Amino acid sequence: MSRLHVVSGKGGTGKTTVAAALALALATEGRRTLLVEVEGRQGIAQLFETEALPYEERKIAVGPASEGASRWGSSRTESGGDPLRGGGRRAGEVYALAIDAERALLDYLQMFYKLGSAGRALKKLGAIDFATTIAPGLRDVLLTGKACEAVRRKDKNGRFVYDAVVMDAPPTGRITRFLNVNDEVAGLAKIGPIHNQAQAVMRVLKSPETAVHLVTLLEEMPVQETADGVAELRAAGIPVGGIVINMTRPALLDNGDLDVIAARGARSGVAKALSQAGLGGARRGGLADRLIDPLLEQAREHAERVELERAEHAELTSIGLPTYELELLPEGVDLAGLYQLARDLRKQGPI
Amino acid sequence: MTSDDMTLDASAPRLEVDALIDDPRTRIVVCCGSGGVGKTTTAAALGVRAAERGRKVVVLTIDPARRLAQSMGISELDNVPRRVKDVDEAAGGELHAMMLDMKRTFDEIVEGHADADRARAILENPFYQSLSAGFAGTQEYMAMEKLGQLRASDEWDLIIVDTPPSRSALDFLDAPKRLGSFLDGKFIRVLMAPAKVGGRAGMKFLNVGMSMMTGTLSKLMGGQLLRDVQTFVAAMDTMFGGFRTRADATYRLLQAPGTAFLVVAAPERDALREAAYFVERLAAEQMPLAGLVLNRVHGSGAAQLSAERALAAAEALTDGLSEDGAADGDAGTDRAENNLEATGIVDLDGGNAGAGTAGGLSPAAAAEHPAPTSASAAQLAAGLLRLHAERMQVLARERRTRDRFTALHPEVPVTEVGALPGDVHDLTGLREIGDRLALNGTSADDTDTDGTLTGDHSDSGS
Ligand SMILES: Nc1ncnc2c1ncn2[C@@H]1O[C@H](COP(=O)(O)OP(=O)(O)OP(=O)(O)O)[C@@H](O)[C@H]1O
Ligand SMILES: Nc1ncnc2c1ncn2[C@@H]1O[C@H](COP(=O)(O)OP(=O)(O)OP(=O)(O)O)[C@@H](O)[C@H]1O
Ligand SMILES: [Mg+2]
Ligand SMILES: [Mg+2]
Repeated sequence: MSRLHVVSGKGGTGKTTVAAALALALATEGRRTLLVEVEGRQGIAQLFETEALPYEERKIAVGPASEGASRWGSSRTESGGDPLRGGGRRAGEVYALAIDAERALLDYLQMFYKLGSAGRALKKLGAIDFATTIAPGLRDVLLTGKACEAVRRKDKNGRFVYDAVVMDAPPTGRITRFLNVNDEVAGLAKIGPIHNQAQAVMRVLKSPETAVHLVTLLEEMPVQETADGVAELRAAGIPVGGIVINMTRPALLDNGDLDVIAARGARSGVAKALSQAGLGGARRGGLADRLIDPLLEQAREHAERVELERAEHAELTSIGLPTYELELLPEGVDLAGLYQLARDLRKQGPI
Repeated sequence: MTSDDMTLDASAPRLEVDALIDDPRTRIVVCCGSGGVGKTTTAAALGVRAAERGRKVVVLTIDPARRLAQSMGISELDNVPRRVKDVDEAAGGELHAMMLDMKRTFDEIVEGHADADRARAILENPFYQSLSAGFAGTQEYMAMEKLGQLRASDEWDLIIVDTPPSRSALDFLDAPKRLGSFLDGKFIRVLMAPAKVGGRAGMKFLNVGMSMMTGTLSKLMGGQLLRDVQTFVAAMDTMFGGFRTRADATYRLLQAPGTAFLVVAAPERDALREAAYFVERLAAEQMPLAGLVLNRVHGSGAAQLSAERALAAAEALTDGLSEDGAADGDAGTDRAENNLEATGIVDLDGGNAGAGTAGGLSPAAAAEHPAPTSASAAQLAAGLLRLHAERMQVLARERRTRDRFTALHPEVPVTEVGALPGDVHDLTGLREIGDRLALNGTSADDTDTDGTLTGDHSDSGS
């Protein structure tokens, strides 16, 4: 079982949403997960409807109750008292952390070099800015480094502090580069602390402890990016987990219906049926009759989309990774929706 | 019965795309917007349309979908515009297109602005190699750089620029500034300190601090990385001024009256929020906004039938199926129609004329095709109605989001582009998008099967 889940995918496909749902799904009774974001966008805070996250791990939710138990408890628990529920077992907990490269660097300097004031001077000079926004690789070392530290961290009893760490990661186009910090940095820093740090990070990222999951939609570009991304990750020796197909839509017409529509034989029968349902006259020019063309047109568009989605689905299956599906929530993703997605993920087995 | 959300109260000015691309004074169109909304598609579609309307156009695309790039003949990254075949050049226009290769663009700048030895030293520097392959912002910076080059060459009437996929449309404006501030910053000077020690007397104090800094940096980065960075910085030193000057020039180009920004957005909350930020930012930067392209909007040719009504009817049909499955005779039908007309459930504006003339036709005229059995027809009709209900819910949601934007920025001209059922990956698709861009529909208008516009479904309530 991997403990570091890296969630990537094309921009806008639902990385942040899926990462959050996964962190919830993994927070089964008695377990604790950490959800981290690395792009400084406060996407997690928005999703959980809380204030901006500081650079500090804090509890933001409890995991959904397992199937059969009552609905989830208070979604936003304040820190303090463990909620004891169902059978006296401790509810799973989700912690969150927005990793900030600049803070991570300053902490790091402080920790290893006691560079308190020099760190501030570096900052004034723009060196920190340079290291965290401009210099290639260094930023990624810091961000992945912090996540890996959380993965490896143990409490005083020698147990892992987090059962799983879920990262809302950069998009597919940048993910391999982002995770392959070693390659990036190896060409730059051949010795020294940055070099050592990169090595330590890579040991975690290339181990079975890590799994990169890619979120996609059933559309051409995201699917293409997913296929390319998997190939790149594999080539870099980074373990790939599963593919999450997000925002799927139920098929409202079955194949038989679509065939009838394609054959254009349905017109008068449908007109009668519409009319029977109280939608006006079925004869030529009657109200029901006038509805038919636009309704059939919509059905043809639907059929075309279903066809396209089927092809993309086949393409994804051919990659040969486990797939998970999450439906499009018609009203968008609010907190309740997020728990819904978490339960849907859980139902689909271990990820 | 209410027909909620169907009122067209929000009245944004219409964006006249043809007027924009036909105007010889329009020299640059920049398509921006958040990730995945259709920037590349819009840029390419505008390019095709402008060329077929007689302008000599170049489109600078960034990461186009593979099939789209292939169909335009630009899948090879050679960093120069290629003439696009199969564009109708009858009106005297041409379309050239290219895909930005950012490393190549960066290398070309180096080669173009440093003598051969220095250029080689830079190109071989590991720090440069890593930098040019893409740190945050290189793509944005290089897109601007390329735009500057294309404009300077003065070969084209119209340059259409796509912008890099980024989470925020603002990155396009911010990234070059970030690079600029680094290039202008003190840190550069610290890095170059070893080369400049013994400079002016006034620098003395600073130099003490600097050598302490370089000591720290060396400890941190490892001596070799620091040396690489220093070599790189020293080698680039003479070019920095040039970078800066060109970035500033391009920035001014973006503010020029011949430039038009098009903000592309999907009718979704996040995308429109980004669009609103961007609109505000353009105003603050005094950059000319042409308008908003609302892409992938859904429409319906049967918008007079509300979601609730469609669902209720679907329900009735399914219930009827489980009872007896037989369709009633025509007597009931006419009664139903009369009821409808009396209570105004269905808006009659759309097709009254048709109904009037067709009224006299024989009721049997509809049965040219063998009808499926009533039960299967009822089931099919129920499916169609559910599909329609879903569509109407999407429509209503999109309209609400759009209205929120319009309320915030009533001054911004808008054009809506209907969603095509499939992806856009060839010239035909691009022409279709171009038509829709220019058609200037609002979500109440719909191209139906025949490509004609149905009437305005604006609804005065009932
Ligand atoms: N299953 C779903 N049903 C409905 N809406 C969804 C679903 N998943 C995601 N969304 C919505 O899609 C939008 C994009 O989702 P999200 O922010 O998670 O994507 P992302 O990949 O993190 O985007 P970015 O690339 O900008 O970081 C959001 O508005 C989100 O609420
Ligand atoms: N009006 C439309 N109808 C149907 N599909 C569309 C429409 N506009 C764009 N698309 C499709 O949406 C996808 C994304 O479009 P496009 O690549 O233009 O977006 P983009 O904003 O350039 O994305 P990125 O931010 O990744 O560069 C493509 O597959 C394209 O074919
Ligand atoms: Mg996100
Ligand atoms: Mg694009």
